[in-house]
Amino acid sequence: MDIDIRSMTLCELAAAIARRDVTSLQATEAYLDAIAAEDPQIQAYNEVYPELARQRASEIDARLDAGEPVGPLAGVPVAIKDNLTTDFGHTTCSSNYLKTFAAPYTATAVGKLLDAGAVILGKTNMDEFAMGSSTENSATHLTKNPWDTSKVPGGSSGGSAAAMAARLCPAAIGSDTGGSIRQPAAFCGVVGFKPTYGRISRYGLVAFGSSLDQIGPMTADVADAALLTSILAGHDDRDSTSIPAPVDNYVAELAIPFEAPLRIGLPKEYYTDALGGEVRAKLDDAIVALKAAGCEFVDVSLPHSRIDIADDGTLSSFAVACYYIVCMAEASSNLGRYDGVHYGHRTESDVDDIVELFSRSRSEALGDEVKRRILLGTYTLSSGYYDAYYNKALKVRRLIHDDFTAAFEQCDVMLCPTTPAPAFGIGEKTSDPLEMYLGDIYTISANLAGLPGLALPCGLTDAGLPVGCQLVGPVLSESLLLRAGMLFESATGITRLRPGQ
Amino acid sequence: MTQTIDADTVRRIGQLSRLELSDADIATLQPQMAEVLDFFDKLQQLDTDAVEPMAHAVELTNVLAADTPRESLPTDAALTNAPQREGDYYKVSKVL
Repeated sequence: MDIDIRSMTLCELAAAIARRDVTSLQATEAYLDAIAAEDPQIQAYNEVYPELARQRASEIDARLDAGEPVGPLAGVPVAIKDNLTTDFGHTTCSSNYLKTFAAPYTATAVGKLLDAGAVILGKTNMDEFAMGSSTENSATHLTKNPWDTSKVPGGSSGGSAAAMAARLCPAAIGSDTGGSIRQPAAFCGVVGFKPTYGRISRYGLVAFGSSLDQIGPMTADVADAALLTSILAGHDDRDSTSIPAPVDNYVAELAIPFEAPLRIGLPKEYYTDALGGEVRAKLDDAIVALKAAGCEFVDVSLPHSRIDIADDGTLSSFAVACYYIVCMAEASSNLGRYDGVHYGHRTESDVDDIVELFSRSRSEALGDEVKRRILLGTYTLSSGYYDAYYNKALKVRRLIHDDFTAAFEQCDVMLCPTTPAPAFGIGEKTSDPLEMYLGDIYTISANLAGLPGLALPCGLTDAGLPVGCQLVGPVLSESLLLRAGMLFESATGITRLRPGQ
Repeated sequence: MTQTIDADTVRRIGQLSRLELSDADIATLQPQMAEVLDFFDKLQQLDTDAVEPMAHAVELTNVLAADTPRESLPTDAALTNAPQREGDYYKVSKVL
């Protein structure tokens, strides 16, 4: 029997390994071979662990053969973003500063994957310290979009998204501060899930914007996202911001039918001229399909997430301004730890004193976008500007949050675009930071309000590029969102997209 | 309120940020930072006098851990990545 391991979803592969139709070593070898043959074109990975992965797969096969219980991911290979620490290999955040950094401990999320029996294939490329929307800010290399290698994969979890789209892993883990799971998922035609802030422990996730960062899965379909979320979620006493609420059984609950019609909100501020025509058309098709499947649509309003278009075409947005003030302020503080003293890069030039040691080490090894954000964050937190920028942004954050609370009184979930347009060309936006920031217009509000967002493929453009949409729900509505995602897949028939098919 | 950030301010913020910036860096950064700060000024259109700031979206308060000692990272593991080490200490240039 010839089994095509790479065409299986995560759930299918886990079941096949559990049944012993496929061994973990066969599955792991299939992906290691694929990475060796195809990743030189895509460059999704920063580091691959062939020996460790084979060794672990063999161990798990032995335990399965002996009839020992292993876990729901027994023997299944997974890729992880290079900002999650592991006590093996390197954790570089695609930064020259951490090029040789070998973490002495493993992130809780990765530990949970390992406890569930997963095999870690390698670490995926990203924008340096997760700061970017195209993975072009990586200090290691450019990752290409498998749908069109002249396009970016999105970012910052662009390596994880590209690896998924090219089936160089059956599932990947990303992180999302302002859309960094959902936007690359949209650009690469895969499912990307950012759960509620605090649902998954951030212990061992290298910090960028600590009040916004959230880990989540990137998968071929919604059922796979539910499986991984059920493993990753839960309180962790090593992350004081993780939510001490019980974790629902996301996998079992996928099968619960909707007794009353699902009420889907359409935020009128998102369906405007700022949304590209092709994306709009695909969302309209999805709305028709969901209506036919019995969903009810209601217009809702998120006034502080609106997009203003000036007479000269310039876009502006309260939410984008608020988000970048908050994330840059938090970044400037979080990245203070890179001091040339404790780990990572230290300057080799002669320095007179310790301040020069700090400054030169940082300046030599941090990239342009990272420096820009540290500078802007430091500025907005500095004496005389704190109230005008940072404190003002925190107040606007509450207004954005309260808009969602009010809107969820009228609907169960919202259907929103993920990005204004499909993947853009490599190099197209690198010279204009602000233009790059504006691409995050539909994803950042969920981070500011702490809400879960499930990014789903919504079809292909005439040129064959994926278009994404997202379902956004109230705090801790993961189970409802995943069920709604399953309904979306069955109503639209759009799932498991692969380039070249 | 439009703040125009000048080259001297960029230099001063660089010092506060512990980043060395050359004149060429400053010439590139100054207009980029000015454009972003101008974009941030949009928030001044909103009246937020009666709004409480929100630092975290999911507001948990008084998160306390049980006061029980447990094993922590061994010193050697913590120092494995030290660029320079002397005994159980990080070695740095002179501080005073």
